[in-house]
Amino acid sequence: MPVKITVNGEEKKLEREISLLKFLEENNINTGVVVVEYNYDIPDREKWKDIILSDGDRLEILQFVGGG
Amino acid sequence: MTDKLIIGHREITNRFFTGTGKHSNDSIIPQLVNESGIQVVTVALRRVNLSSPQENILSHIPKECILLPNTSGARNSEEAVRIAKLARACGCGNWIKIEVTKDNKYLLPDNYETAKATEVLVKEGFVVLPYVSPDLMVGKDLENAGAAAVMPLGAPIGTNRGLQTKELLRILIDEINLPIIVDAGIGRPSEAAEAMEMGAAAVLANTAVATASDPVTMAKAFSLAVEAGRKAYLAGLGPVKTQAEASSPLTGFLD
Repeated sequence: MPVKITVNGEEKKLEREISLLKFLEENNINTGVVVVEYNYDIPDREKWKDIILSDGDRLEILQFVGGG
Repeated sequence: MTDKLIIGHREITNRFFTGTGKHSNDSIIPQLVNESGIQVVTVALRRVNLSSPQENILSHIPKECILLPNTSGARNSEEAVRIAKLARACGCGNWIKIEVTKDNKYLLPDNYETAKATEVLVKEGFVVLPYVSPDLMVGKDLENAGAAAVMPLGAPIGTNRGLQTKELLRILIDEINLPIIVDAGIGRPSEAAEAMEMGAAAVLANTAVATASDPVTMAKAFSLAVEAGRKAYLAGLGPVKTQAEASSPLTGFLD
C-alpha cells in the first residue's frame, strides 16, 4: 500500500512501507553525514533501520553546509 | 607568557575564528585553516536537497578544528533549540552559536529569543556562544544563564563595515565576566586588531576572508592582526593626550 510522507517540507509518495535507512539509501543520501529528524524527534542513527515509514510521517534530513 | 582562552574546557591559542560560508571554492578551506592555525570554525545546518545532493562541508574542515555550528535560519528560541539539537546529533561536538534573526534586511539578532534559547541549551549541556547585539543587560542575562562566551556584532553580518558598535562593545568587555568574541561586520584586519586591543577575547570573521581576492592570505592577515591586538592589550596601551609630549630629551640642543 502506498505511503505518503513529508520530507523537508515536501510531500513524497512511497510505493511501499520501507525503513528510514532504506529510504535514505534509495535517495542516494550519504547517511554518514546527515542528521534526521523523524516526527520532531531525533532518533539515534542505529535506529534508522528499525523505523518503518508510515503515512503522515514527517522527516527533516539535514547536513552541515558552509556558514558563518 | 601564558595567555590561554578556555571555552568549554577547550584551550584556544588562535583567537581568530572563521566561518565556512561564501567561499567560491570550499576546497581552499583546509589550506586556509592550516596555514593560519585556525582552531574554531563555524558551519550552518540546512536541509539536504534530495534531487541534487550537496558536497559535505565537513570533508574540507581539518579534524582537529573545533566545530561551531550556528542556528542560522532560526526565527525564535524554539527553532534555535531544535537546530542546536540536530547539530549536536551530527556527532561533531556540543558547541553551538545561537543565531536568531527575524529581520531580513539587517539580520540583527533577536536578543530576547537568543537569551531564552541560551537558558535552555546550557541546561541541555551545550557550550553556548550566543550571537547578539551588544547590549549590557542581555550580556548579564547570558552570563547568568551560563553562556560560555558572548558574541556581539561589530556591524551587520556581511557588511565589512567594522566596529560600528565600538562603545557598546567596550561596555560589554568592561562589565561581563565572559569572553567577548566580536562577530560579524568586521571587514579589515586592522578592525580585528582594534577589537582585540580593546580587550575582546577573540574575533570571528567570515565574509571578510571568504570574499577577499586571496582568502588564504587574508585569513593569515586576520590571524596576525588578532594576535597583534591581543599582545597590545596585554602590554597595556599608553595614555592618550591632546597635547604633544616630546619623546626625545628637551635639553642638550645645539645653540
